[in-house]
Amino acid sequence: MALTNELIQQKLTEKFGEQVTNFEEPYGMLTFEAPKELNLKVLQFLYDDETLQFQFMTDLCAVHYPDNAGRELAVVYHLHNLVENVRIRLKVFTDVAKPDVFTASKLFSAANWMERETYDFYGVNFVGHDNLKRILNVDEMDYFPLRKEFPLEDQTRIDKDDEMFGRGRLN
Amino acid sequence: MEHQHHITLPEGSIEKQTTTLNLGPTHPATHGVFQNILELDGERIVSSEQTVGYIHRAFEKLAERRPLYQITPITDRLNYCSSPINNMGWHITCEKLMQIKTPKRVDYLRVIIMELARIADHLICNSIVGVDSGAYSGFLYVMQYRELIYEIYEEICGSRLTTNIGRVGGFERNFNAAAFDKLEKFLKEFPTVWKEFEDLFMRNRIFMDRLQNTGGISAERALNYGFTGPNLRAAGVDYDVRVHSPYSSYEDFEFTVPVGKTGDNYDRFLVRGQEVWQSLSIIGQAYRKVQAFKGAEAEVYHAEVPEFYLPKKEDVYTKMEALIWHFKIIMGETAIPKGEVYQSVEGANGELGFYFISDGGRTPYRLHFRRPCFIYYQAYSELTKGAMLSDAIITMSSLNLIAGELDA
Repeated sequence: MALTNELIQQKLTEKFGEQVTNFEEPYGMLTFEAPKELNLKVLQFLYDDETLQFQFMTDLCAVHYPDNAGRELAVVYHLHNLVENVRIRLKVFTDVAKPDVFTASKLFSAANWMERETYDFYGVNFVGHDNLKRILNVDEMDYFPLRKEFPLEDQTRIDKDDEMFGRGRLN
Repeated sequence: MEHQHHITLPEGSIEKQTTTLNLGPTHPATHGVFQNILELDGERIVSSEQTVGYIHRAFEKLAERRPLYQITPITDRLNYCSSPINNMGWHITCEKLMQIKTPKRVDYLRVIIMELARIADHLICNSIVGVDSGAYSGFLYVMQYRELIYEIYEEICGSRLTTNIGRVGGFERNFNAAAFDKLEKFLKEFPTVWKEFEDLFMRNRIFMDRLQNTGGISAERALNYGFTGPNLRAAGVDYDVRVHSPYSSYEDFEFTVPVGKTGDNYDRFLVRGQEVWQSLSIIGQAYRKVQAFKGAEAEVYHAEVPEFYLPKKEDVYTKMEALIWHFKIIMGETAIPKGEVYQSVEGANGELGFYFISDGGRTPYRLHFRRPCFIYYQAYSELTKGAMLSDAIITMSSLNLIAGELDA
């Protein structure tokens, strides 16, 4: 039986019930959300289950939504079942004030540097990571530059308005 | 930079403690800005630590303030040995988000350019492996043909290294006769050259002794480390984005995916070498398909998407409608759909992915590049543990690490 998005969703709901939510299929890729406490359990289940076998971590990154109170940071995992050739996307949201998320680096060696990168740019604290330090930026840096509160251009400039860029002011 | 501590060596060793060697960040043997702090027992590596980020340019942050066409030049500077693949990967991502269907001729022209870029990248990588093992002439010999590939790019887009080639929906202009002439010259002459290059290296005893059983990785470890591209295939896993998630009509082409067995430096060399033959075959097929278009179809080089495809410059100066579209595209006045999309292409060194979140604004809300060599470079420590220093140099070059892509 081919591994369809419906089957994956059914398997996940059987295992985790109401805790896995927000199933969507943007551009065909099954996307869903799990509570951050459960991220490792979900990843492990996706990895071990005989029919699912999502054993390849394609990508790990974060997104900052400053207006999402209490769940400002999203950690996004892209997983791939190479045998059935199916990709899925798992999202975990966390409070920016306490951005603790369990590390996936014990399950996927690939996650090691990607988590360091995510920490470096978004400040997500991957609990249990062996060597969680900055990777692309200098060690002395004391902020997380890809968060939305750091605009790319000098905000005292008045000749360039964010509205010109298709969205309202960020601050 | 905090240094690793010396490691006490077991009794019977010549030295009492390991020696620290700082290899890089600028070292002629590393071909790029890489720093490795090595703990050595004589010439054997006991442990190593990599420092990356020396040429970090914050591409992902920059991309959040740039409209789509200003992001293409950023992608040039990822894996700059095969920029056209990155450019087209980005355009294909945008097309996926906007659900633009490109004409077949555009797809085939793109395939020609992407496969030329793959050849350019592989011939650099393989010939540099030769240089690092002491054979310089192969590098100089094949370099002439990279020059020819760059001339083909030049005929199409006007630039050579950081190409900024193409548009959302197709190419900026049709390929001219000179481009096809040069392509024909390449297809005619290069196979002989590549055959001779392989003859010089492949069964060369000294070369084989240097590469075999060095820098090897098992298929399981390679998958766990997120290896993709030739490095994964050398370990025996036949994962290729062109086959698994075809884009740009790769499903119309006949080709095989070469795989290795041991994942060592020699297998990586062989897989790249074989991929060049496959790419040549794909280019040949694509060229024949392009030639088969007749009449008006033979003039198609972009999709009809005036909202995203920049009009011809001469029209912008002379026609009102073209001027309006040009203005709207440059100023971001055309609506970009909301949504999130992940699109990947088979880059020359692995799966190059674009994770694009659009909030309907003029610029991406978030753009993340999945950079293959950033992900597989973390295995370098494991690959070189217990290896000789001189083998670690070859391992580095055979992994095809590109600092621009690594550091983004």
